[in-house]
Amino acid sequence: MMFPAPASPATPPRVVITGAGIVTALGLGWGKNAEGFRTGRTAFRPVTLFDVSRQRVRVAAEVDLPAVLPPTRLTPHRAARLDRASTMLLLATHEAWQQAGGEPAENIPLVLGTTAAGMALGEAYFLQAVRTPYRRQQQPSRALYYQAQVQGRLVADALGFSGPVTVLSDACASGASAIGHAWELLRAGHAECAIAGGYDALSQLVFAGFDALQALSPTVCRPFDARRDGLALGEGAAMLKLETLDHARRRGAVVLGELIGYGSTIDLHHLTQPQPQGGAAVASMTLACESARVTPADIDYINAHGTGTPLNDSAEAVAIQRWAGERAATLPVSSTKAGIGHLLGGAGAVEAVISLMTLREQWLPPEIAFETPDPACNFPIVSRPQNAQVEVALSNSFGFGGVNATLIFRRAK
Amino acid sequence: MSRVFVCGLGAVSPAGWTVAALREVLARGEPLPAQPLVRPGWEKSLRARLVPDPVPRPAFLAHPRLRRTSPVTHYAAAATVEALARLRTSDAPRRRLGVIVCLQSGCVQYSCRFFDEVLKGPATASPLLFPETVFAAPASHIAALLENTPLAHTLTGDPAAFAQGLALGVQWLEQNRVEACVVVGAEENHWMLADALRHLEHSAVIGNGAGALCLSLDPALSLGIELAALTDVHPYTARRSRHHAAQAMRDQLPAASPNELLCDGLSDSPRANAPERAAWRDWTEARLSPKRILGDGLMAGGAWQCVAACDAVAAGQFEAANVSLVGTSQHAIGARFVRAPLNTSNSPAGPTVGSISS
Repeated sequence: MMFPAPASPATPPRVVITGAGIVTALGLGWGKNAEGFRTGRTAFRPVTLFDVSRQRVRVAAEVDLPAVLPPTRLTPHRAARLDRASTMLLLATHEAWQQAGGEPAENIPLVLGTTAAGMALGEAYFLQAVRTPYRRQQQPSRALYYQAQVQGRLVADALGFSGPVTVLSDACASGASAIGHAWELLRAGHAECAIAGGYDALSQLVFAGFDALQALSPTVCRPFDARRDGLALGEGAAMLKLETLDHARRRGAVVLGELIGYGSTIDLHHLTQPQPQGGAAVASMTLACESARVTPADIDYINAHGTGTPLNDSAEAVAIQRWAGERAATLPVSSTKAGIGHLLGGAGAVEAVISLMTLREQWLPPEIAFETPDPACNFPIVSRPQNAQVEVALSNSFGFGGVNATLIFRRAK
Repeated sequence: MSRVFVCGLGAVSPAGWTVAALREVLARGEPLPAQPLVRPGWEKSLRARLVPDPVPRPAFLAHPRLRRTSPVTHYAAAATVEALARLRTSDAPRRRLGVIVCLQSGCVQYSCRFFDEVLKGPATASPLLFPETVFAAPASHIAALLENTPLAHTLTGDPAAFAQGLALGVQWLEQNRVEACVVVGAEENHWMLADALRHLEHSAVIGNGAGALCLSLDPALSLGIELAALTDVHPYTARRSRHHAAQAMRDQLPAASPNELLCDGLSDSPRANAPERAAWRDWTEARLSPKRILGDGLMAGGAWQCVAACDAVAAGQFEAANVSLVGTSQHAIGARFVRAPLNTSNSPAGPTVGSISS
């Protein structure tokens, strides 16, 4: 029963990551992405997925999907239902599952974060419904498969997961919220392992929406740079296999890192603008540190939300400085959105995997386009490739609507 | 194990903007008349059961964050405010509140409007509309309206995901992250939703609105209702049909008892109803089917079931009420509410026996 549930363990179990899958415009999988992030490669190009000829901005970080998908349990008929978003979700989940050993997965919870789900299917539905109102072809399928929970079930069936699917839609914090929720499920004793992460594909509505807000950079996405003028959009997915340390040890799994803290708050200031003093962001980082039992002095790297918009980065900079105090002056920070754009519902999960990469491979991901320090950002921005000793990494995700989520990871020992 | 109490109920539905209006319509037991919903490009209209305009317009809708929002936010906010009325008049009106908004289709009106504007000319598409298309918008606005809200999340899924929202609320309460948590399920209407539903369940009539439950561990705040159980999540998988999942859910709830109510999710669609009808074929006692009267409210429908069940228990008509949430595309989950000692005399009137079919 979900309620009343069995008594929670007296001491919450440690939760580790034993599998990670990632899909971004830098490539498919850990290897290509690690190489791209380590060197600070950028992946922006003209948008080809939909018409942007009348948009102010015309570039984004599109993913090149493979011609052939990995073998799954889906029939050809059901595999044909995979749209762009669910294909990326499948690829990331498959990689995470394989990396974790690919053992049978009866009743494993799948926790997803997304903000657009199958938006492109919804757009296609709308267009056909308006332009050819009596044409029925493909509409039932679109009506069903644009929904995130249906996409989640499709991917679960593809890989043989039979557990519950939970979908969190906390805008740009969705991916981090999903991982945080899975972490809480494991610590409360509701499961011994879970698959969690986030995904979103580029879509015309969302692209045009950010353009209408004039939030897209007409030049180059430069988070925390004094000349920053907006964000760039991207697409992708990342999934983690989380399990209790005991469970991982019992099966001899390779541990990629440990998720030691999670904080979540809500910023009530405005639907799309953060509170300038970063109050909710401070609270989110503080809560995450409290649950991780670390202080800012213990953090070796921050993967910032860092969208590149003037307002977001100012508020996050204030928050980091308020939260970290003197430590801020020496605490390396970067935003990997400079390379792959803002992945919205996928961002928090992708950045969680990048944080694991820094812990596992001992480097910091640079923002190559960063040139002009903003006097308001009194912390070092990682702007050149560098190796570093990283024991604890913190990742921030802040969403439209104000949900702030912070994850803290520790290097596997 | 914690005891979790229901300390407030709220509802917006085609019956009106209160739980009392919902109760009255359910008591009559007659499906509300369907109204025409214009579908562009068609001479014939679609059918829907729509939320009437509120009379008078609630004062809180003048809040700066609610003035330009979409109907789904208005419905969710109204149900939330009603569900929190008792808490706010109690001796601890500033308790830390959690907000969990559950949606299936979400902000579809502004999404369609904005996309239509984009197709006509991106340069003139309204930047005010786009943020309101996001699933997280209603939770954000409600949290801002309530102010003392440290946590607000949005869950999406099929109508049974409302029970996942209840489970998350329980988790936040048990972790002492909040002192009370309102869980609200909401949807708004649009011709495209009715059109899509027609493709999937031809005879279903779309409805819209919201339903909200406020949960707390504090028995002093109880409406006289306790959350007794949330079954496991029974997902639909390649190897487990909706029939099997519905039966597994049903098997985790008690056998029929004279003093108990079943609040099911049966609608106007025989095909969609079949698994749930089969799972509950042994139920011989009182039964209430809100969707048959109010329309298929998607996530709001799941919330109405829980609100109606709790309201019937609070009224003293039943010792307990079981809620059967057999979702359309994801999972089946059951909930059970039982009568709990009432700490104040501020109880709702409750439905009449005539509303319940045996």
